[in-house]
Amino acid sequence: MTLLDGLNVTLAFPLAAELEVGEHFYWEIGNYWEIGNYTVHGQVFITSWVVIALLLVISFLGTRNLQRVPSGFQNFLEYALDFVRDIAKAQIGEKEYRPWVPFVGTLFLFIFVANWSGALIPWKLIEIPESELAAPTNDINTTVALALLTSLAYFYAGISKRGIGYFKKYIEPTPILLPINILEEFTKPLSLSFRLFGNILADELVVAVLVFLVPLFVPLPVMALGLFTSAIQALIFATLAGAYIGESLESEEE
Amino acid sequence: MDSLTAAASVVAAALAVGLAAIGPGLGQGNASGQALEGIARQPEAEGKIRGTLLLSLAFMEALTIYGLVVALVLLFANPFS
Repeated sequence: MTLLDGLNVTLAFPLAAELEVGEHFYWEIGNYWEIGNYTVHGQVFITSWVVIALLLVISFLGTRNLQRVPSGFQNFLEYALDFVRDIAKAQIGEKEYRPWVPFVGTLFLFIFVANWSGALIPWKLIEIPESELAAPTNDINTTVALALLTSLAYFYAGISKRGIGYFKKYIEPTPILLPINILEEFTKPLSLSFRLFGNILADELVVAVLVFLVPLFVPLPVMALGLFTSAIQALIFATLAGAYIGESLESEEE
Repeated sequence: MDSLTAAASVVAAALAVGLAAIGPGLGQGNASGQALEGIARQPEAEGKIRGTLLLSLAFMEALTIYGLVVALVLLFANPFS
């Protein structure tokens, strides 16, 4: 129950990591790039690496021996590709979705596997000092990183499509709305990251509390509900990323 | 953390998540009711309606989650302690 024990929380970064629940397995990063010593949350890195390795192995095994008539693993991967392609196509539009499939698809697959790994991989078997392994997306730093990447992506999409004219959208429809339009650029990543972080953390906290109260069988329905919400959250993150990119790509003539 | 801050934080956390549940609760009920009506009127559109409904329910749920995040900050990472 280290998740619930950490009532005394230290601030690791002054910037992003102020939202912390529980204790962390800190890694000291040395003075490698001459930017001073700082610490990272080791448990998030371990679980993220496992998730990335899992995705790589699955996609490698599924595409190693491509057949014209797919079967087994290849069939499954083609279904997954169709799924992420449909997300991108529905949000960005038939004409311009293709270059964005890798980004939206990576977001969906990483978040989906990360969320499910928290519930399905028996992390408890691996002991690490001072903390415990859980889904990487229950750390605010992971979700903020993903949300900021989304921001970068839609700025890149807009600027590469329309050049400097992209920034005209801030004074549309009237210049009076300028502050609200600028504020929106901050609320987009904020709501993206908080939505994912809050959902996953809440899910894991509820399961932890229930396991603490009744260790057998009773938490199972909540765990199943957690799997469902995790999948929906991954879908929502990818859908919204696609919607923001699509909004940036929208041409003015329409 | 002194006891006054602790008491205020606990009450504030309870209020944050409790009040944040009211609006989305109403909204989700409304949306589900409308979706049910849609399915009753047009049962063949069930799949499409269900997908959109789940997506919009998750959006509404996010509002409660914001309240929950505030409550969790107050309980576990209290900035005033």
